[in-house]
Amino acid sequence: MRTPSGNKVYGMGAEYPSATALYEAAKRVRDAGFKRWDVHSPFPIHGMDEAMGLGKSWLSAVVLAGGTTGLLTAAVLEFGPSWLIYPLIVHGKPTNWATVPAFFPIMFELTILFSAFSAFFAMLLMNGLPRWYHPVFNWQRFSRATNDGFFLVIEARDPRFTELEARELLEQSGGQHVTIIHED
Amino acid sequence: MDGTTTVPDVIESEASASVEKPLARVPLVLNKRNFSWITERISGVIEERAPRWWWVAFAITSMVATFGLFCLGYQISTGVGTWGLNHPVGWAWDITNFVFWIGIGHAGTLISAILFLLRQKWRTSINRSAEAMTLFAVICAAIFPGVHVGRVWMAWYLAPLPNNYGIWPNFRSPLLWDVFAVSTYFSVSVLFWYTGLVPDLATLRDRATTKIKKFLYGIFALGWRGSNRNWRHYEMAYLLLAGLSTPLVLSVHSVVSFDFATSIIPTWHTTIFPPYFVAGAIFGGFAMVLTLLIPARAIYKLHDIITPQHVDKMAKIILLTGSIVGYAYAMEFFVAWYSGNQYEKFAFYNRIFGPYWWYWWVGMLFCNTLSPQLFWFKRFRQNVYVVYFVCMCVNAGMWFERFIIIVGGLHRDFLPSSWGMFYPTWVDIWTFIGTFGIFTSLFLLFIRYLPMIAMSEVKIVLPEANPHHAFPGEHHTVAAGGKERT
Repeated sequence: MRTPSGNKVYGMGAEYPSATALYEAAKRVRDAGFKRWDVHSPFPIHGMDEAMGLGKSWLSAVVLAGGTTGLLTAAVLEFGPSWLIYPLIVHGKPTNWATVPAFFPIMFELTILFSAFSAFFAMLLMNGLPRWYHPVFNWQRFSRATNDGFFLVIEARDPRFTELEARELLEQSGGQHVTIIHED
Repeated sequence: MDGTTTVPDVIESEASASVEKPLARVPLVLNKRNFSWITERISGVIEERAPRWWWVAFAITSMVATFGLFCLGYQISTGVGTWGLNHPVGWAWDITNFVFWIGIGHAGTLISAILFLLRQKWRTSINRSAEAMTLFAVICAAIFPGVHVGRVWMAWYLAPLPNNYGIWPNFRSPLLWDVFAVSTYFSVSVLFWYTGLVPDLATLRDRATTKIKKFLYGIFALGWRGSNRNWRHYEMAYLLLAGLSTPLVLSVHSVVSFDFATSIIPTWHTTIFPPYFVAGAIFGGFAMVLTLLIPARAIYKLHDIITPQHVDKMAKIILLTGSIVGYAYAMEFFVAWYSGNQYEKFAFYNRIFGPYWWYWWVGMLFCNTLSPQLFWFKRFRQNVYVVYFVCMCVNAGMWFERFIIIVGGLHRDFLPSSWGMFYPTWVDIWTFIGTFGIFTSLFLLFIRYLPMIAMSEVKIVLPEANPHHAFPGEHHTVAAGGKERT
């Protein structure tokens, strides 16, 4: 979709006066059946995931995998050298099962370390960050999204998107400054 | 439990299940400030020109830091003998400083992680600077074990790598656990801190007036645009990082205490050490948080965000942890007496009446055990000068406590023929003072270039941030039978 001036259209955005208004609008856009749309707010709004029809974030699964990797890494790192490659007898402590608890602290630490890194990088990956350029930044008013502005943007890629319908929905749900956002 | 009448059009059964009831509470942000006020106030600290006091303070602290680094260089190039270490006192100020600094870091993680899991919303005003304090304290802490090994170019022996004879480090040694614990702690704290910073960096990016600022804040903001599809994963990541940091912070000082507890030195060889050290760490850390925040609040007029309520709550935590520490001190004496072990008994007698007697009387008894008891009284918790005095006592007291534990245990152990004393050299003293220079320099840089209060998080605690919040006179309903489960 292009504007008469030839710019490619990214989508249509509207600004809402409050978190409550944005929350209510999100429910209407969800119920209208749109799929490719998003809301932008300076802070996470309580209950917005449900209002947008999004489920639980499965980032936790990545973290579980990361933590397990950390635990296994620590086990290999410790038991490999201490039992197989070069057994060390310190303080007369033998290398048998009775001494296994002394390996736990490092296992614990590496589990946490790997989990934390996977939480961080999974967050970036699942969010498609870093992404320093995004069409919404073309919208002048949008800079308030990190201050006190509440925005809802419906993408033109959405199969249900028509300029008329989107504008009507945004305006009816209380959106102000309804604007077409250019891709570039 | 009253106040539901202000939300008349909310269905009662749903209201009790899903809507947070507006209790009669003191608001966390005073004077009904709005979102943009918070942005302006906190970003303004960074955007205004550096005030003169900042340059003066930074000049002094960076000079002290530089001299501290010079002392480290002198120690490394000359040898560990420039410190006053001797037989029998092989660990003294170096390890005292290490434990002191790493302990201070714990308050930051407690505020950012444990209070987050406990849904203590007041943490939002203080978590950013407390986490920054954690990082800077851990940096100061890491200097000491790194350098006290003597030949720092051999410090890679700490890493899990085989040496030139193919011998690996002893994974069952608490000293190696410590390497893993401290480095994990630092890495996870950096990740947690940076994750929290991303939305605020985006705010600074969008407000930047110069190209360089826009570029730098822009790079580190990672293109954050406050999208709810992003917040969703972000909040999960933040929650998990909090959940991971919680056992981590408890483990770090426990592992530090294992360095002592697994030895056979009287007063070190005790099972009470892990909880005792963790409580002491949080105790000392909260004192340091207040030491930094009370002046910062006064200078930048942040009284609406860091309110008397915040100081009051931190004072209560100091009272709680201080009392736990006091109990642990008492229990050490009891167990020494009850054990019937003559070395233990002597060591504790020596703690009170030995050559380091005044360290105990001033540091452990007065500063750590008695001074926080003032916080039983609201009058004192609300008096900034009293709070500051107690915090200063605790800062000093916790250093003395670690010194007593370490040097007090070593200087008179089993054989009177090997008794001795510890006398610090100027290098000892200035290395320690130098770490204060490093710490305060980093903190000053932090308040100049990064938002010292988490803007996006403070905004959440405003009543209008809650979409289920109804303003009086505004028609707003929670849709009955809607899909939302909040």
